[in-house]
Amino acid sequence: MATQFSTGAGEDRFVGRAVSRVDGPAKVTGLAKYAGEFSAENLAHGYVVSSSIARGRITSIDTAAAEAVPGVLKVITHKNRPSVAGQSKAYQDMVAPPGSPFRALYDETIVFSGQPVALVVAEDFDTARHAASLVTVAYEAEPPRTDIDALSGDAYKPPMEREGIKPPPEPRGDAEAAFGKAPIRVEGQYRLADEHHNPMEPHASTVVVEDDGTYTVYDKIQGVANTQLYLTNVFGLKPEQVRCLNPYLGGGFGSGLRPQYQLFLAMLAAQDLKRSVRVTLTRDQMWSFTFRSQAVQTISLGADENGGLQAIRHDAVQGTSTYEDYQEVVVNWSGVLYKCDNVKLSYKLVKLDTPTPGDMRAPGAVSGVFAIETAMDEMACATGLDPIELRLKNYTEADQTEGKPFGSKALKSCFSEGAERFGWSKRSPEPRSMRDGKELVGWGMASGIWESMMMKSSAQATLTADGRLEIGNSTGDIGTGTYTILTQIAADTLGLPIEHITTKLGDTELAQAPVAGGSWTAASSGTAVMKACRTIAEQVFKLARGLPDSPLANVDFERAVFTNGRIEVAGDPSRSVGIVDVLKTTGTDKLEATETASPDKDFKKQFEAYTHSAIFAEVKVDEELGRIRVTRIVSAIAAGKILNTKTARSQILGGVVMGIGSALHEESMLDHRLGRFMNHNLGEYHVPAHADIYDIDVIFVDEEDMANPLGVKGLGEIGIVGTAAAIGNAVYHATGKRIRNLPITVDKILG
Amino acid sequence: MLIESGSPGAHARIGITLTINGEKREIEVAPWTTLLDLLRERLDLTGTKKGCDHGQCGACTVLVNGTRINSCLALAVMKDGAEITTVEGLAALAHREGTNTLHPIQEAFIEHDAFQCGYCTPGQLCSSVGLMNEGHAKSRDEIREAMSGNLCRCGAYTNIVDAIEEVMQQGAVR
Amino acid sequence: MNRFDYVRADTVADAIKALSTDPSARFIAGGTNLVDLMKYNVEKPGRLIDITRLPLKSIEEHEGGLRIGALVSNADLAYDARVQRRYPLLASAILAGASAQLRNAASTGGNLNQRTRCYYFYDEGTPCNKREPGSGCPAIGGVNRIHAIFGASEACIATNPSDMCVALAALEATVRVSGPEGDRAIAFADYHRLPGDDPSKDNTLKPGEIVVSVDLPATDYGAHHTYLKLRDRLSYAFALVSVAAALELDGQIIRTARVALGGVAHKPWRNVEAETLLQGKPATRESFRAAADLIVAEAKPQSENGFKIELARRAIVRSLEQAAAGTPQSQSDKRIQ
Repeated sequence: MATQFSTGAGEDRFVGRAVSRVDGPAKVTGLAKYAGEFSAENLAHGYVVSSSIARGRITSIDTAAAEAVPGVLKVITHKNRPSVAGQSKAYQDMVAPPGSPFRALYDETIVFSGQPVALVVAEDFDTARHAASLVTVAYEAEPPRTDIDALSGDAYKPPMEREGIKPPPEPRGDAEAAFGKAPIRVEGQYRLADEHHNPMEPHASTVVVEDDGTYTVYDKIQGVANTQLYLTNVFGLKPEQVRCLNPYLGGGFGSGLRPQYQLFLAMLAAQDLKRSVRVTLTRDQMWSFTFRSQAVQTISLGADENGGLQAIRHDAVQGTSTYEDYQEVVVNWSGVLYKCDNVKLSYKLVKLDTPTPGDMRAPGAVSGVFAIETAMDEMACATGLDPIELRLKNYTEADQTEGKPFGSKALKSCFSEGAERFGWSKRSPEPRSMRDGKELVGWGMASGIWESMMMKSSAQATLTADGRLEIGNSTGDIGTGTYTILTQIAADTLGLPIEHITTKLGDTELAQAPVAGGSWTAASSGTAVMKACRTIAEQVFKLARGLPDSPLANVDFERAVFTNGRIEVAGDPSRSVGIVDVLKTTGTDKLEATETASPDKDFKKQFEAYTHSAIFAEVKVDEELGRIRVTRIVSAIAAGKILNTKTARSQILGGVVMGIGSALHEESMLDHRLGRFMNHNLGEYHVPAHADIYDIDVIFVDEEDMANPLGVKGLGEIGIVGTAAAIGNAVYHATGKRIRNLPITVDKILG
Repeated sequence: MLIESGSPGAHARIGITLTINGEKREIEVAPWTTLLDLLRERLDLTGTKKGCDHGQCGACTVLVNGTRINSCLALAVMKDGAEITTVEGLAALAHREGTNTLHPIQEAFIEHDAFQCGYCTPGQLCSSVGLMNEGHAKSRDEIREAMSGNLCRCGAYTNIVDAIEEVMQQGAVR
Repeated sequence: MNRFDYVRADTVADAIKALSTDPSARFIAGGTNLVDLMKYNVEKPGRLIDITRLPLKSIEEHEGGLRIGALVSNADLAYDARVQRRYPLLASAILAGASAQLRNAASTGGNLNQRTRCYYFYDEGTPCNKREPGSGCPAIGGVNRIHAIFGASEACIATNPSDMCVALAALEATVRVSGPEGDRAIAFADYHRLPGDDPSKDNTLKPGEIVVSVDLPATDYGAHHTYLKLRDRLSYAFALVSVAAALELDGQIIRTARVALGGVAHKPWRNVEAETLLQGKPATRESFRAAADLIVAEAKPQSENGFKIELARRAIVRSLEQAAAGTPQSQSDKRIQ
């Protein structure tokens, strides 16, 4: 059975268990170093000067006062910038959307507020910051265009598809006609505010100039291969001249998928000054690139009297920058989640004077599923059906968009197990019918969905004579637990204790792997590590079988069991040999293997692959004062095999917490006259704090999936998808107020 | 007036004494250097994190004379004579018999998976120890409120509270 | 952050002298707001006078009330046994603000003098009359859901962000200051000012003056009080609206009422007329509504903060109910009684 993790060689001693993070000790002692914490001899420090206008041009820039500060090495602007690649294509990183990427200090043109206009490089951080405050910039400003509502008339279908992002499918059936005929209809406009990722670690890059003229670059990125590609293209370097590392990432959530401008500036300054340079952005500057751009969505649902969906229309208009056509999958989910023969979906963009938006945890799904799952709750109310019943009535075992069955879909178990744990059967369906003291109580639910993906990925493994194993590849552990699950997989494949395994990640000298994103890392890197370890297992086995009087003589590899540092014959543990003994006896210093894992093409031909969830939320609302507390969440997840119940649970907790943020708190507020996000700090951009988070219960339902040998489907995104809808639906149940515009702040409850 | 730093030039430096993680250090600092930047940039104690540099996230939390504060808003020169404990010094603070090399709160954080990316973690840990030193928070609600100055974007909040509760139940260890 | 000179003051006299001889100088104690503002280039002092060594760190009995030294930390003040027992309203308001770390560092005097959290004030990339007099106020017509509904002007709609000060306003504390021209006492209501046409000034301190203590009067409202703070998340956020409510009751009849609002004006907002209206009235929702209506009658909305008027009205009523019932708002249990 595919979901029973089996290497064919070892036994499950660690996989599937609650193993504590192997990088835990480094993280709780402060020894784990992040990109802006690596040092070098003679390190110089860069501080970015940011534009105050959103659109226009720099007419003059005065750096004299800054340059006069003792300790300032250089002030780099578009006027004195060293030469870099001129072709905009050179700036396109691995995950760039179509368009011309932003080029810092390229010329006098300003295309978003907070755009870097100068880099002050100094001997120390304090000096750079002080000198940066002395740079004066004069602009010729044009009226910024940042209001998506005012510009929605200019919305366009992106002319070029973003790689990996499916545009809305062709319509199926006739949604308009079916909606017109449907006896029960629901229509609404839905939106989520602009949100910024705000990982706790601000973006930083440290470029170390080595004695031989090569560079070692520590970059805040979710995959160092992307950093390397970008630097080689932009600065005309060969890959062997730039080693990129990022062993730890202080939170990414998508903000670290693309190389950001601090990397460009640090390398620019390092080349120019021929010395090591670090550039760390301020928290405020974290509003000057990538964000979850709000999608203005309309949904129309038509159903028969029994709640069977007759028509689904879902249209979205989303903001992008003036220079790139960022795209995400916002509306397609509505055609996948439910059985419906008449579906019409559309997705358009509007160009705004903002930085290019970017992927933020479950990009597209957070917005789109919020909308469809809110509309489904409205449909439940309109039809008088229980929200779960409505979803079961329209349940589908196949993806009608692609005309293929799902590889696995245990969403029904999510409904039943989630409902059971939550106590859903005790819900009184009428809005405003449940109370606790002065608070109205609301119970709401929603489904979640995210694509289950695997990317081509390599991994390496080295077994040394002392029985220690080192594994790794270039992907990053962005807090997801990748170090730990890869260690577990290696341990079980070779039957070694976890303490004998060292996992290395985030280094371009390791086997190549994609950026960590899209919830694909466990499947991709996990499978690659398993394959590499299995190759090592075969190598050891061969050596063992060749030993004089080998206890494994005439045994096939398939019958070899790797356990407790030994190779045993299945069913006959008396016949065994120690791995270290094999290496010693054969005089083997080390065994090495690098393997590549690719998605199973046959599987992809036959099946569609998604993770699913059912989220149940309890809110308590003080209606008079508009205070909402999310007192309880049960998130039931169907995501295939769970490699580590401890870190997996944390992934879901994290998604849920960010979903609570989407639902209640997070909103970057634009002043459209200035084209500027005004609450650009953590005091005024509210992410959930300790006090906002009550009980969160995570359930992993059994699900067998065969898309990859591990049976995993990925967990990074699914925890957030649908969470905001469940909360919004609970708020409706509590108050009778349907709020389709997130976040649900006090003014909306009062209004 | 105890001190005149002289003209506010680039190289104005004032000698101070800090005891950092038990080690007494004589340091010359510029008046504008924050305790956080001193630790991270000058003393290579990068365990203490800079998340916002404005007292809005808590990642920079350290213990000054046993009290938790945001080191990003403290000028180093003003802490002359103080005892500073950072995440790097927490284990030594526990001074426990036996083989444990970590402070009980560090062990509890690992056990309860009270972090993911690890960047807010040093602040959460120092804040937890500060909270226990204060002795005001007892219930889960009170712990949550008293820890609200430490943001965690990975959303490990419930696990952090579990870890603190467990250590408090074992008896606060200074 | 700009370059500055640093001096330490040993005595209050030294501190005053240092401040009055250098117009670019600023006092620094906890630094939780000043260092923050300096990093944003909003404050650019030429000299910092470290006053943390001044002997202003004690809380003493004084004329039946308490005298709180200006350097008592917010945490020490909130957890002082006398304050907790006699002035629980003050303790509660302090604990509703900021975070434990900030309260450990911030001083009483500093809390009094903390500056607004207006987005535009903090952002040197935008105009602001408070930061740069005469440059304009983009908060008017801009992003202003957190801004003032009372006492704003054409020049400024910023609010005072303090929680502690709202309680001090309700308690009618006195601010004692010392300056080149000697000592004086300022009634709390007169300490902070409205923006008028000079929003650069937050308070009525004269050049060279230092806050030495905050004196609490004997009347402590220990039995009937609450501090109710409403904000965009459940902790660690500034108030959209907060209310410090305090009552003295004769049975069910109100003898004295105090209602101060935070987050709604350039200073803690009181309406003595409304407080007087409550005198002699039964402690009922009806009475509280009448007072609340009177208070919000003079409120004026900005483009995005009209909801604060209704929120304030309701919060006043609820807080007076909490005070009357003797069920003050807990700052850790977020249910509102």
